[in-house]
Amino acid sequence: MAAPGDIPQADPALRRAQRDRARGQKRMRWGLLAPALVVIGIFGLAPLSIALVYSFLEPGTYGGVTWAFSPEAYVQFLFQRDIFDDTLGFNGAYLRIFGRSFGLALITMVGTLILGFPVAYFIAARPERQRNLWLFAVTLPFWTNLLIRTYSMMLIVRDEGFLNGALIWAGVIDRPLSIIYTDGAVLLGLVYSYLPFMILPIYASLEKFDFRLLEAAHDLYASRVQMMRHVVLPLTRPGIVAGCALVLIPALGAYITPELLGGGKKLMIGNMIALQFGSGRNWPFGSAAALILMSIVLIALLVSLRSGAKPEARHG
Amino acid sequence: MKKSLMTTALASAFALTAGLAQAEGKLNIYNWGNYTNPKMIEAFEAKYDIDVTLDGYDSNETMLAKVKEGNSGYDIVVPGDYMVAIMIEEGLLAETNPNAMENFGNVDPKWVDVYWDPGRKYSVPYQWGTTSFTVDTEVFKGDIHTLKLLFEPPAELQGRINMLNDMNDVINAGLRYLDYPRCNSDPEQLKAVMELLVNAKAHWRTMDYATIEKLTSRDVDLSQNWNGAAMRARADRPTLSYAYPKEGFTGWMDNVAVLRGAPNMENAKLFLNFMMEPENAALTSNFARYANGIKGSEEFMEPEMLSAPEIVMPADAPAPDFVPPCSQEVVDLYNKIWTRLKQ
Amino acid sequence: MARRSTKPRELRRQPLFTWVSWCVLGVLYAPIAVLILFSFNDNRAVMSWTEFSLRWYGAALENEGIRNAAVVSFKVAAIATTAATIIATMAALATSRGPGYPGRSAAIALINQPLMIPEIVTAVATLAFFSILRQVTGWTGLGWLILAHTVFCIPFAYMPIRARLADMPDTFEIAAADLYATPWQCFRHVTLPLLMPGVLAGAMLAFVVSLDDVIITLMIAGPGETTLPIYILGQIRRGVTPEVNAVSTILIAITVLMIAAMFTLQKKRP
Repeated sequence: MAAPGDIPQADPALRRAQRDRARGQKRMRWGLLAPALVVIGIFGLAPLSIALVYSFLEPGTYGGVTWAFSPEAYVQFLFQRDIFDDTLGFNGAYLRIFGRSFGLALITMVGTLILGFPVAYFIAARPERQRNLWLFAVTLPFWTNLLIRTYSMMLIVRDEGFLNGALIWAGVIDRPLSIIYTDGAVLLGLVYSYLPFMILPIYASLEKFDFRLLEAAHDLYASRVQMMRHVVLPLTRPGIVAGCALVLIPALGAYITPELLGGGKKLMIGNMIALQFGSGRNWPFGSAAALILMSIVLIALLVSLRSGAKPEARHG
Repeated sequence: MKKSLMTTALASAFALTAGLAQAEGKLNIYNWGNYTNPKMIEAFEAKYDIDVTLDGYDSNETMLAKVKEGNSGYDIVVPGDYMVAIMIEEGLLAETNPNAMENFGNVDPKWVDVYWDPGRKYSVPYQWGTTSFTVDTEVFKGDIHTLKLLFEPPAELQGRINMLNDMNDVINAGLRYLDYPRCNSDPEQLKAVMELLVNAKAHWRTMDYATIEKLTSRDVDLSQNWNGAAMRARADRPTLSYAYPKEGFTGWMDNVAVLRGAPNMENAKLFLNFMMEPENAALTSNFARYANGIKGSEEFMEPEMLSAPEIVMPADAPAPDFVPPCSQEVVDLYNKIWTRLKQ
Repeated sequence: MARRSTKPRELRRQPLFTWVSWCVLGVLYAPIAVLILFSFNDNRAVMSWTEFSLRWYGAALENEGIRNAAVVSFKVAAIATTAATIIATMAALATSRGPGYPGRSAAIALINQPLMIPEIVTAVATLAFFSILRQVTGWTGLGWLILAHTVFCIPFAYMPIRARLADMPDTFEIAAADLYATPWQCFRHVTLPLLMPGVLAGAMLAFVVSLDDVIITLMIAGPGETTLPIYILGQIRRGVTPEVNAVSTILIAITVLMIAAMFTLQKKRP
């Protein structure tokens, strides 16, 4: 157990003390982790296992499941037995729905990043006693209920809504823009809903930023853009990554907002899975689709963890 | 300060998790949201000295998913007709025999031997109505009593239509328009229906349950709707008119039933009996704006209810079509059509 | 080369960012302004204005159902947020600093698991699981709902705290240890204050997430445990009334008053 810096003649008592300290640290670490692991281990993994089991069963007559093994749910995701001649043909419908949701979630993530980073920076640059106030100001709108907030949003973007009204009054357009029930409205609604999920993690990471580093950069003749790119952004990277995860993943499963603002003519992953547990009466398929989604997200998360781990080790 | 906060939090959590003693004089009702007249609950509470909790659901399927596991804590649920049939078959309802209760004579005879509960061994009528569509007669001036307006709309209605976001309501309307039977598993016929729907979708603006908002805010001029909701919408937009298409339209009835293993079985039975009294049925009708199935309630109902075209069907309208639950095979096919329609 | 003479304070300001921030704040509050405005709408329909009236405030205060729903919502959110933030802080401390160790990636993945699975599936599966537990233990009550909320709030509290901890140098803590501080003292007086913005951010996120949850609550809530979102969802088919606007406005007003009180009290301290 010789490490650089050790006293050459390692005193057994010293080594024992070092071992005990390491073990104590390890115990403390797992002790700190224990509540999270226990709570999620039981109450997060148990439902997950139930979903996993359901996905390999057959659907029950009126919803629920029957205890008979069948991988049909997974097959159904990509293939369908043609209702006319019972052959197994490729069914792109579910992939299309997945693709649409992924696309929308990605654009939402980018949108919240572009809008959220400046706000997080702005708050972090405020004098210290004001910062919490600004944080509350940013989160307060979200203490109202999602449905009512969305209805209010609809009132603004409707054909005869406030936005069109204002634009017409200002003379910018003469016929109302059809914003509502389009993909644009859905995107607006999603970006709105997920802004705090991007702002707060970035703020948490940015707040400890030592603004004197900016002075140093300035002394070295850096422009504002360079300062942002080479000083601020790298140090807030953990916050940005956290924000992206907290926006992207829930946005994938979002369906109330897309349904209300988009008109309900297109299915998102969320509605599709909910349908299986409702009038679709196919719980195994709903579970299977959810697990497929989860696997994709899990793989992406692990990949980002690995790539994020290396720079952290350097700083840590 | 953090420590005391934590102990307070833990203490409250434990207090809240402590089991609730099942006291005499409680009743847990699980009904559709905004469907129960508070005055009726007050009357029941006053008459029997029972404490009522009321919770709301937004669809039959949500309610089924929740009570399927058993032990939900609810006593009373209010399923739709097809859901009662499903729940009886799944053994989820208690056989309380309303037909032997004191007020059973008040039930209108035509609602006694219904396909979902022949002889009324499990359930009591609550409200019944029809699902068709409403249209603004100022925008469209022709004959409104045809499903053609939904599937092959004239120019003035194109892009101004809302359909219900319900697989069965949309597909059934399509089946009626093409004159095919309901609970259909014929591949050729279903193919035709799918084509019809996919082509018609281009003319639909939205597919949403919030029909009243859509109509009153003038986002759409025609919407698939329930008759009571249509009446409410008409209050805000008087040019709306409820259609009784000659191709047919859905009839439905919501029924009060007791869950098997309900914690307050006796109180639940009292409630069933209470609901069969004309005054109480009228209280519900006046609130929810639908017809009930109890004789003699007309005396207590608001006059507007008794003359509204949405409640009183014209003599030449076809009889409402009550659709029983379809087999799993059919549901799978409908599911595929619905997904293809909305992909 | 001449040096641009800008004062250090001005370096902080990024005019573009400030401008964007004010626009974003404006957009954030626009629907809220509309929501408050329409709570004074005389019309029953929530989307078309007739005239000014206070009737919905009266109706909301009389309506026991909506009052209970609001109370339950806040109760559950407050307790779940507290529990989730504490658990998440502990977990973040154990996973975010220092060199990696076997099992760390797995632990992080596990902590984030509730985030990754679509809510409807969690809802149905948790219902199945809780039904068994409810039968076996015989417990009923709000605790189950709070537990379910805590589980999905943990990842939301965890991520900001973790982001804050990453790259945070432990010089202060080492200094404290050198001064013979115990680990708990070190945490309370050194680490926690440094961590506070992250903890606060995480707590606020968890609170918002819990307040707005619909699907999981819909399935898990027992009799008498309706929350505000569930109440409103149930109204959609029969017409949402502006009572909800009134309740939301009242809640916003209460919150603003509470925060204002908190801040004036804080200022008074020397």
